[in-house]
Parts: sequence; structure tokens; C-alpha cells
Amino acid sequence: MSYTADEMMAIESARRIGDGTVCFVGIGLPSLAANLARRTHAPNSVLVYESGTIGSKPHELPLSIGDSELAETADAVVSVPEMFAYWLQGGRIDVGFLGAAQIDRHGNLNSTVIGEYDHPSVRLPGGGGAPEIALGVADVFVMLRQSPRTFVDELDFTTSLGERVRVVVTDLGVLEPRDGELTLTQLHPGVEPEHAHDATGWELRVADDLRESDPPTAAELSALRSLRTKGET
Amino acid sequence: MPIVPLSDAIREAVGDGDTVALEGFTHLIPHAAGREIIRQGRRDLTLIRMTPDVVYDQMIGMGCARKLVFSWGGNPGVGSLHRLRDAVEHGWPAPLELEEHSHAGMAAAYAAGAANLPFGVLRGYRGGDLPARTRVATITCPFTGEDLAAVPAHRPDVGIVHAQRADQEGNVQLWGILGVQKETVLASRRSVVTVEEIVDELTPVPGAIVLPAWTIGAVCVAPRGAHPSYAHGYYDRDNEFYRAWDAISRDREAFGAWMGENVLAPVPV
Repeated sequence: MSYTADEMMAIESARRIGDGTVCFVGIGLPSLAANLARRTHAPNSVLVYESGTIGSKPHELPLSIGDSELAETADAVVSVPEMFAYWLQGGRIDVGFLGAAQIDRHGNLNSTVIGEYDHPSVRLPGGGGAPEIALGVADVFVMLRQSPRTFVDELDFTTSLGERVRVVVTDLGVLEPRDGELTLTQLHPGVEPEHAHDATGWELRVADDLRESDPPTAAELSALRSLRTKGET
Repeated sequence: MPIVPLSDAIREAVGDGDTVALEGFTHLIPHAAGREIIRQGRRDLTLIRMTPDVVYDQMIGMGCARKLVFSWGGNPGVGSLHRLRDAVEHGWPAPLELEEHSHAGMAAAYAAGAANLPFGVLRGYRGGDLPARTRVATITCPFTGEDLAAVPAHRPDVGIVHAQRADQEGNVQLWGILGVQKETVLASRRSVVTVEEIVDELTPVPGAIVLPAWTIGAVCVAPRGAHPSYAHGYYDRDNEFYRAWDAISRDREAFGAWMGENVLAPVPV
């Protein structure tokens, strides 16, 4: 069965969510991955959205982190100050997903600006929950499409720290920290090592035990494709 | 407290140069109030909001703002806020000063304001480049010696939120995703609450909170006043509009034409 690079990315990320894991989920690919995990091997995983919904079980994927579907299907809805103070800072979240415009070899992320802060060439949305998610959860999962513009030698701005980044899942493969530096540990089926090197803005380390990601199963793909974003036809 | 027309409440509460917080975390965003501020031509506002989405994109693009205090400025699930970006990147229609925080910091600052404390405290802002670019300081816990972040409390001149309903006395009831709405009202010197409807009795709803009338400056009826955001139990989020906003707001002229047609032209209710 054929599949896209984004589908591979979502499936590989979902596989890493153990059953019962409490996940702090953002919109887009992380929401897709976490909902896929919940619908397949991790039915007891708990999805927490920063808008204050705990244990959301959306039937359709939300477009925003505050869609009503997330509140209607939640075990509990709390205020935003409570979410960040009692739940995130309180140490009750296992896994936090982050994305960014730039990542460096240590897993530090930039979601603030491209260029100078005071005179940016691109003003990005900003950190949002990221600075505290990055240091408040046990394990940070990063999902990013790999390119030299994104995987950079030096960040334009450090929005969040990479100390707890355990895995970076890209459209080409998987990077994990080894000896303090993100190292290529998996390549998705059909991706050549040169491709990953070319898409990385630093001298990419490759693990001795580099392996190929398992291709998506028919069951994974069908579960993934049954997840539609609300409002899409 | 009387129920007053929105235009009167905004005229009374919001003046040029004020610090104003319109809150609502994706849900119950007070769009009708934002449009009224635009129609009244307010200038030099310091706008506070965790997620300055379309409502602030409109206010910034129409020249209402001098400064923005925020933590995430995008169009959720869609992309950039083009009017915000144009102001920051090109100073159009006016330069926009930024004071940028994290969500956790903004939430702590609102909670501190509501609690009448001078600052909020959290385990946050550690490392990275943000602390050097914003108002945050390190304080040491007097009991454990742990270093923690202190953020100055938000004390807006005016706090504006939208809610599902109020009774005739002006007691306000809201439910669903509650964001920082309660904190915003309690932290602000003056407040305006728009509601979908006035009812005879505020019957209990699971998870609902009530803001007593005496905590609020003015209550105004604004049906669909959160649109294109949503009011849980009344209408859904207009995701199609958020997607459409990307094209409307990308171009200065298209934006101006849209605002003229949809915000400036209609007579306020």
C-alpha cells in the first residue's frame, strides 16, 4: 500500500506512545499521531490539550486546540492557569510534542523569529506553551519535516531547550540524542542516507546500529486515514 | 447592574492609550467587542492577549495598537497572522512594540493580577533567548532556595470577555473551555462582558462558572458575538472563516476593503 512521507511520520511517532501515556498535544501532526496511537495500540493514552481539556477523545481531528469537540469528549476541562500550573508544572504529563521552525543538533528549538529579534525577516507565532513544555514533561517528542532550512547549525533564536528531547521524527527518518547530539538512528523505507545528510544543516552523525523504519501496516494506514480534520470535506 | 448597548459600554470603558485585554482561549473570543473598538477608532492601545488571533490581527491592522503583550500570535491550525506580521516586520500601519511571554507566564501574570499580587511565580523561562527580551526576573524561594521565575502581574485598564449568558441582574455564566476569562475580569480595573443572551434564570450547567454582577463593569447582549470563534452550546467555530482569513489578511488592500465592508459599514446593534 502506498503512503506519504507525512503519514510515515505520524505513524512512526504514534508507535512511540505507550498505552496509558499522558500526552500534551499540539495541533497538526502531533494531534494526528496521538489520536492514531489512541485508536490503535494505546487506547488508554490520555490526550491533554493546552486549552484545558484533559482526556479528550475527539471523533474528528480539531483545527484549533480549543475546538468544542475537545471539551465535549474530555474527562475534565480546566482553566488555562490551572492547566499550566497544576498539570504541566505539577509534573503530571509524560510526553510533550513540539514542533518548530528551526532545530539544532542539541534539540533546542526556535519558534520565535527568523533573522534578528528586533528586525525579523519572518516573525513566527512565538513560543506559546513550548518553553515550559520542553522542561516540564518527562519526554519531549519533536515532529519536523527535515530540510537544511529547518535543521540548522545555529538557531536564529532559542525558544525552548532540548534537554528532554528524546526523539525527533522527520519525513526522512528518526533522530535520537546519543552522547549529547541528535544522531540518525532510523531511515524510513526508500530513503537513502545521503538524503538525510543533504537535509541537515550540520554534519549529521549516523548511528552504528542505523536501521530501517518498519513500513506502515495496512491497519495503521487505515486508522490514520479514518481521522479527518473537522471542517474538511 | 444594567444591561447596556455594546457601543455605550465600549465608549465608557475604553480610551486611547489604555491597556486592554480581550481574552478567550480559542473559545468565546469577544469579536463583537473588538469590532466595536475598531469602529470607535481607538488608538495607542496596549493589547494583552495570550493568543492574539484574528481579533487582534484586525485591531492591529486597523491601527488601534501601540504595543502587544502575548505568548502565541498565529492563526490556529492555519498559519501566520499577516497583519501582525506586517506591523512587526514593516511597521504597517504603525510600528508595534512586543512584550513576549510563554503561555505559562501569561497565565501566571493574569492569576497574580486577579489575586491582587504584584507578580506571578512559576518554574519557567529557564534558558533560551526569551528572558533577555521580556519582563521576567529570577527570585529565590525563601524556604527551599530554588530559583524561580517572577512575571509582573497583568492589571489591564479594561478586561473584555464573551460568555454564553447572563441573567437580568447581570450575573454572567460561562462554560466549556474557560481559558483565562475569569482571571481577566478580576485582574482588570474596568470590565465589559458580552453575552449571547439574557435569561430569566441561570440554570446549572456542568463545569460552568458564574461571575457575579458586582465583579463586572458592564454586560452587553451580542448574539454570535464570538464569531468566527464559537460559543459552546450555541454555535460552532467557523473553521472555514479562519482558513479564509489567511487570504483576506495577506494583502493590505484586500484587508482594508474587507474591514470596510464587514466591520466599519454595518451600524452597530
